[in-house]
Amino acid sequence: MNIVVLVKQVPDTWSERTLRSDDNTVDRAAADAVVNEMDEHGVEAALALKEAHGGEVTVVSMGPERTAETIRKALAMGVDKAVHICDDALHGSCAVSTSAALAAAIGTLAYDVVICGTEASDARVGAMGGMLSERLGVPALTSARSIVADGSTVRIERQTDDGYEVVEATTPLVISVIEKINEPRYPSFKGIMAAKKKQLSTLSLADLGIEADSVGLAGATSEVIEFSTAPPRGKGEVVPDDGTGGARIAGFLAAAKII
Amino acid sequence: MACVLVLVDHAGGTPKKATLELLCAARVLGEPAAVVAGAPGTAAALADALAAGGAETIYVAESADMDDYVVAPKVDVLASLIESESPAAVLIAAGVDGKEIAGRLAVRTGSGFLADIVDLDAGGVATQSIFGGSIVVRSRVRAGTPIFAVRPNAFSATDRAGAGTLRTVDVVVGDTSKGARITDRVVEEKGDRPELTEASVVVSGGRGVGSAEQFSLIESLADALGGAVGASRAATDAGWYPHQNQVGQTGVTVSPQLYLAVGISGAIQHRAGMQTSKTIVAINKDAEAPIFELADFGVVGDLFAVVPQLIEEIGKRR
Ligand SMILES: Cc1cc2nc3c(=O)[nH]c(=O)nc-3n(C[C@H](O)[C@H](O)[C@H](O)COP(=O)(O)OP(=O)(O)OC[C@H]3O[C@@H](n4cnc5c(N)ncnc54)[C@H](O)[C@@H]3O)c2cc1C
Ligand SMILES: Nc1ncnc2c1ncn2[C@@H]1O[C@H](COP(=O)(O)O)[C@@H](O)[C@H]1O
Repeated sequence: MNIVVLVKQVPDTWSERTLRSDDNTVDRAAADAVVNEMDEHGVEAALALKEAHGGEVTVVSMGPERTAETIRKALAMGVDKAVHICDDALHGSCAVSTSAALAAAIGTLAYDVVICGTEASDARVGAMGGMLSERLGVPALTSARSIVADGSTVRIERQTDDGYEVVEATTPLVISVIEKINEPRYPSFKGIMAAKKKQLSTLSLADLGIEADSVGLAGATSEVIEFSTAPPRGKGEVVPDDGTGGARIAGFLAAAKII
Repeated sequence: MACVLVLVDHAGGTPKKATLELLCAARVLGEPAAVVAGAPGTAAALADALAAGGAETIYVAESADMDDYVVAPKVDVLASLIESESPAAVLIAAGVDGKEIAGRLAVRTGSGFLADIVDLDAGGVATQSIFGGSIVVRSRVRAGTPIFAVRPNAFSATDRAGAGTLRTVDVVVGDTSKGARITDRVVEEKGDRPELTEASVVVSGGRGVGSAEQFSLIESLADALGGAVGASRAATDAGWYPHQNQVGQTGVTVSPQLYLAVGISGAIQHRAGMQTSKTIVAINKDAEAPIFELADFGVVGDLFAVVPQLIEEIGKRR
């Protein structure tokens, strides 16, 4: 079973995250960069499938040069090889054109399963699994909290608002995972050393046959017009519980006409 | 005036609150038109409520495929309506299914989409709250038919009724939309509580609650307030409460009238899911807990003393 796993580098939630004032795109230089958490779970899911069914795992990531750090981490966890889509013209790409670039890169690989995260912590668009399904013309098993593969049939538990659905499809297909699916492994020292020797191909837009003006800021299907810092929430009254804490909250709620 | 398509979410023969909010949001841009994509017989039960909620037209797209496969058949319906009706925009509730539908529809129709919007003006400019609520952005779609995934509780429903004219849509579900077959549906936790993203009151418990059994205290408080139960990731990771109730960066985003955080420290990833709540109340024994920085009212104390008293007081005021 050949698996492509997508990882995205995102600004660390713990850093001060903001947009760039020159072009309103995510300021990726200002914040520490980390692997999007759900994607670590995606890598783990890919490695588990490979361990059970054989095959090869390829990581695909799109982003500026620095994204190589994120790719190295996936390789160190045990992924076999990597594709890095890197081109200055991609700066400012919207989710829709990002899906076009990722699909083009995936199309150059032989795959049975593509795994991505359900959502990235920066833009929180949460639609990549579905968009890749449209572009690649294969089914998507989205919001997976468990995966079982049996020959060419893959079955997942799909997290819903009030429980889960059992959903199945036949390969080739796309799976998006949530973080409850597994516990990602840590890269071992051996893994980190081995990662340095693994194949990492860098692809430009020209390599993928994508016109530069169909992606990036030029080709974005949506644009940020302006942004501002949200006004801080006024800190309210905080009182110690002197034995009447519950009653005081009730009083506050009544005064606010909530009860 | 161009119509604005609103994809209807429904349960038990009634439209969800989020759908009625979308019908109201649709008025900002054009004439609200509800799209019912469901199993045969779904629309009849919903029609009156949708008309009362403001739908001028109700497109009825019924087929067993709607329930048998994950979201893609609904995308087929919306894509064909975009083609035939040239709507000014498409509005979809920003849940897990809604975001997937929005993204697919954007790719399918060469359109742009914006996820998780909290406001919309007549010029089609949408407001989003990003990075855990710390930044507010105003955006617009530049390509195709604007598709907006709207956060529940962002708009209020109105009582302005619409004509509710029923129009049957020929449903053609492509083979590629029948790839992901749903073979079973399992409801893990429901009861009579409102849905988490739609609830006007959310009571959430965290690590401080201490155990799965003790979450019944959080449930009692939620019930006293007619609210939904949420949980921090520490609580869901520990298995005390189901994952679908997790609030935060990797859980759901809620925006209720009242958010009550009990035994939750208020880590940035948790705040990402509740920061835009109207009123925030916190109970925590640690006076330094960051949750107090955003609380409109807070009590520093033991939740096992404060919560039972609060439940009792609410009862007295009923
Ligand atoms: C990538 C990533 C994504 C994440 N996503 C999420 C997410 O979606 N949602 C989320 O919630 N977290 C998320 N987290 C985790 C987050 O960082 C915190 O670890 C988590 O929110 C902590 O949960 P908590 O507040 O319940 O626990 P703690 O931080 O341990 O806080 C428990 C609080 O309870 C108080 N307490 C204890 N006993 C009592 C008592 N008897 N009475 C009153 N108060 C008491 C303590 O003083 C403490 O403040 C994420 C983390 C990462 C790294
Ligand atoms: N630039 C990218 N490179 C690789 N994977 C990506 C990229 N953008 C999004 N993804 C994948 O799509 C998932 C959902 O991202 P998003 O739709 O941005 O919330 C992520 O968890 C990644 O697996």
